[in-house]
Amino acid sequence: MSSSTAVEVRSLYRSLLRQGREFAAYNFREYARRRTRDAFREHKAEADERRIQELMQKGLKELQILKRQTVVSQFFQLDRLVVEGGKTGKQTSGGGIVRQKDQGLD
Amino acid sequence: MSHTAPKAARQALRQCSRRVATASSPAATHFPRACILAPTRRNYVSESSPKQATVTVEKTMQQEQKSFIQQTGLASGQTQLPASGMGGEAAMSPSAAILKQATVMDEGTRPIYLDMQATTPTDPRVLDAMLPFFTGLYGNPHSRTHAYGWETDSAVEQARKHVADLIGADPKEIIWTSGATESNNMVIKGVARFFKKGGKKNHIITCQTEHKCVLDSCRHLQDEGFDITYLPVQSNGLINMEELEKAMRPETCLVSIMAVNNEIGVVQPLEEIGKLCRSKKIYFHTDAAQAVGKIPINVNEMHVDLMSLSGHKIYGPNGIGACYVRRRPRVRIDPIISGGGQERGLRSGTLAPPLIIGMGEAARICNEEMEYDSKRIAALSTKLTDGLLGMEHTSLNGDPSHHYPGCVNVSFAYVEGESLLMALKDIALSSGSACTSASLEPSYVLRALGNSDESAHSSIRFGIGRFTTDAEIDYVLKAVQQRVSFLRELSPLWELVQEGVDLNTIEWSQH
Repeated sequence: MSSSTAVEVRSLYRSLLRQGREFAAYNFREYARRRTRDAFREHKAEADERRIQELMQKGLKELQILKRQTVVSQFFQLDRLVVEGGKTGKQTSGGGIVRQKDQGLD
Repeated sequence: MSHTAPKAARQALRQCSRRVATASSPAATHFPRACILAPTRRNYVSESSPKQATVTVEKTMQQEQKSFIQQTGLASGQTQLPASGMGGEAAMSPSAAILKQATVMDEGTRPIYLDMQATTPTDPRVLDAMLPFFTGLYGNPHSRTHAYGWETDSAVEQARKHVADLIGADPKEIIWTSGATESNNMVIKGVARFFKKGGKKNHIITCQTEHKCVLDSCRHLQDEGFDITYLPVQSNGLINMEELEKAMRPETCLVSIMAVNNEIGVVQPLEEIGKLCRSKKIYFHTDAAQAVGKIPINVNEMHVDLMSLSGHKIYGPNGIGACYVRRRPRVRIDPIISGGGQERGLRSGTLAPPLIIGMGEAARICNEEMEYDSKRIAALSTKLTDGLLGMEHTSLNGDPSHHYPGCVNVSFAYVEGESLLMALKDIALSSGSACTSASLEPSYVLRALGNSDESAHSSIRFGIGRFTTDAEIDYVLKAVQQRVSFLRELSPLWELVQEGVDLNTIEWSQH
């Protein structure tokens, strides 16, 4: 792999990860990150120039899709999932406990 | 002795004190009358209706609360339940206390989605392929006279090719329908009615664990004079090949067996069934809505003649499905919907290009990602299954080896499934197929496996899909373990089991 393509590949990888973070939906956000990482790892030993170019083209196409779909996702935001705060039992954000309804007692 | 005081006097005292508080009228004048008055009539006849017969969990909880208050007084908040270590208020209002725990831990309120057999989220890539056809490219694919029609038509044909590639078929053999239910109806009624014209073959074989739409189509044909055999399944959910062969007759025209069961995830031996049917010249239909895109399927290797597919089970849009109808050797069916002769005349009506293109894209992605997805789903499934079966008195329904890993159906003994679902409000689960989840009847699929009513009632289906994360599975495992032990804590049956009593030896008295 020539050094110029290596730079391009790394730049594509970073922009895919950065764009994937913009999904409002937790599951899609996690999937974008996971899938990008796994796809780049799977092909990290690729030596054939033409194959690299093909994969780059595919990556660029995915990036275009990500750019459009993250915007769509942000238009229609929903509540966050119960797992999103982390399962440690600690609250990650400063705000109070989010509750939809009164829990009875007290 | 204070408690021997007459009831009527106490009643009167209470009444007059209330009056003083509210109206401040001279109490003395009312006192004698109140004494004479009998307490208001309380008894009434409750009407008998299905509504009265169902058990409302809320009401049961209220009753439990009352008895708990009587035992502990008002200091219930300070006490702790023995086994689960939860606070006393959990017994006062279980659902509230459990929800409180769930929400205190994390900030979100939206449940985790683990019901991938009911429907799957639309993949953003699928939506991206669909959007142009909702906005600019609105031509009717059957319009042959202008460019709007041509561009839509070529996209529809491209989608058809993607779906055909996924199942190893020829694009011409794919018929678009509105979903797997329509495909199933079209195939079963279509084949049967076509053969009825010939007047010879009038027997259909299907299986007891099939989807409702197959069973109901068959029931409908029974009224039209067809003979239907509903094959039983073994206790692991698989059909017995010998029994299938025995059920076949010279006048059998169709065998319909589903590929992956929607409730227990069992994969039927399609290839063997296909070969057997081919050797006897019987058409083989399989409902592969839950299988396509998740396990490798090839219609030629499996000798499948007809197949039903669904869009929304493969991360595509709802309201679209497809039907595979073999061309060589030719399968003839009598169309249900007649009209303009679209789709080889088998399913008339204008196509829905955005949905079709969405399903085509979904099929393409499934084909491309099948290896990656199945590896991941298998890993998550192993984690979930091991965790759930690690608890005591739990069992996996369906054959563990011939099994699609994305569908895990587990029975939790001594817990009522519906109340566990209530307690697991922060996880979107189901006890069976979505079509029957409104009724409290135990699942007919689990009954067909020979499970008892109790075990069928206490079963829960976990569906894992492309977008399920590790963190979600961890959360689910933790939540299920905690709440199952909590619900068992409330159950008198569980107490008996812990004491070592075999529940089958108990003679329950009728009352």
